[in-house]
Amino acid sequence: MNSVVKSGITLAVIAGLCTALVALTYTATAARIEANEQAWLERSLQPALSGLFFDSGVTESMMTIPPPHDLPGSEAAIVYRVYAEDTPVAALFVVSARDGYAGPIRVLVGIDVSGAVTGVHVLEHRETPGLGDRVESGKSDWVHQFDGRSLVDPEPAGWAIKRDGGQFDQLTGASVTPRAIVKAIRDTLLYFEAHREEVFVALQEEVE
Amino acid sequence: MSASNFVDRFRNGLWYENPGLVQLLGLCPLLAVTSTFVNGLGLGIATLAVLMASNALVSATRRWIQPQIRIPIYVLIIASLVTCIELIFKAWFPALDRSLGIFIPLIVTNCAIVARAEVFASKNPVASSILDGFVMGSGFALLLMVIGLIRELVGHGSIMSRMDMLFGGDAMRGIVLTDGGWLLAILPPGAFFSLALAIALKNAIDKQ
Repeated sequence: MNSVVKSGITLAVIAGLCTALVALTYTATAARIEANEQAWLERSLQPALSGLFFDSGVTESMMTIPPPHDLPGSEAAIVYRVYAEDTPVAALFVVSARDGYAGPIRVLVGIDVSGAVTGVHVLEHRETPGLGDRVESGKSDWVHQFDGRSLVDPEPAGWAIKRDGGQFDQLTGASVTPRAIVKAIRDTLLYFEAHREEVFVALQEEVE
Repeated sequence: MSASNFVDRFRNGLWYENPGLVQLLGLCPLLAVTSTFVNGLGLGIATLAVLMASNALVSATRRWIQPQIRIPIYVLIIASLVTCIELIFKAWFPALDRSLGIFIPLIVTNCAIVARAEVFASKNPVASSILDGFVMGSGFALLLMVIGLIRELVGHGSIMSRMDMLFGGDAMRGIVLTDGGWLLAILPPGAFFSLALAIALKNAIDKQ
């Protein structure tokens, strides 16, 4: 047999076997992977949900806000709506702070209907280990200073780090990361204040 | 295989022909993920598994593979195995998968694997090739663990933190010696320094 044809057949057979192997592994793991993704999502939303009373499924209430929008970040933002007996309780925003030290910082900002922060959690970042990464809730208490704060406490002008004349702590050796996150939270609060109706009305339409 | 031959193979894989220390193969993952012990261990296990499986498959098919198409076939086999390992990590070690990120799929590009396929598995029987994959993979994994241990100790002041990423359960802090450490060790230059020190130490021991 022609050696080119023979090589082609060998390659095709091996490619077929390899594809079968991957397909088999995929089938065996798909359900577990999906469950893990779901569990991870629920766990990462938890910091903004603690202390809230609600009876709705949070992850199902996801809504994407396509750009352009007034939220931090240039890509689509994500909102989860939290309800108790069909009354809005809170909205959880996943936004990107673009002005971090190294790339965008994905932040979860929970805001209750009255406009107060329920919790902030840094989901993804590439800030310097040991300096900027102390914004992670596991590494310091820094993110907890926002709990319960709103646009009247302090006024929008006070939503900055102390070095910039605002009311929030920076981190020793890192002010770029905290500055970016404080600004992202403030912008999210301002967006929520301006678009509160839309955020929740959209869900009611979906429910009906 | 005689007993002394068996011991020699281990000596070679772990010390005299260590893929990382002596052959300097697979340096990209070695330098990138070893900021903690658990990351080194995780990537070490993944690489070890891929190396053993790829050696087994390459050896088993060696009679049917024409020399001129062997490299594309090795690439096919290795890429499929890495995809399977990635799916398995996503299903059973999701936290570790998140922490290692892109470096699991990048095992494909670890030259240590295609090197063993070419140098050893394509010329030897299956059992012997699996053993070769095991000793070479162990040598690589051990180096990852040692460097991870050193960098974590110096950079974070802890030993074996976050082992929960492998075993599940709540976040484990490991043995904490000091809070925070010498930052340089966990930044990329620290990886080069640690590897250089490890190679220098090995050479010094060999000279004696």
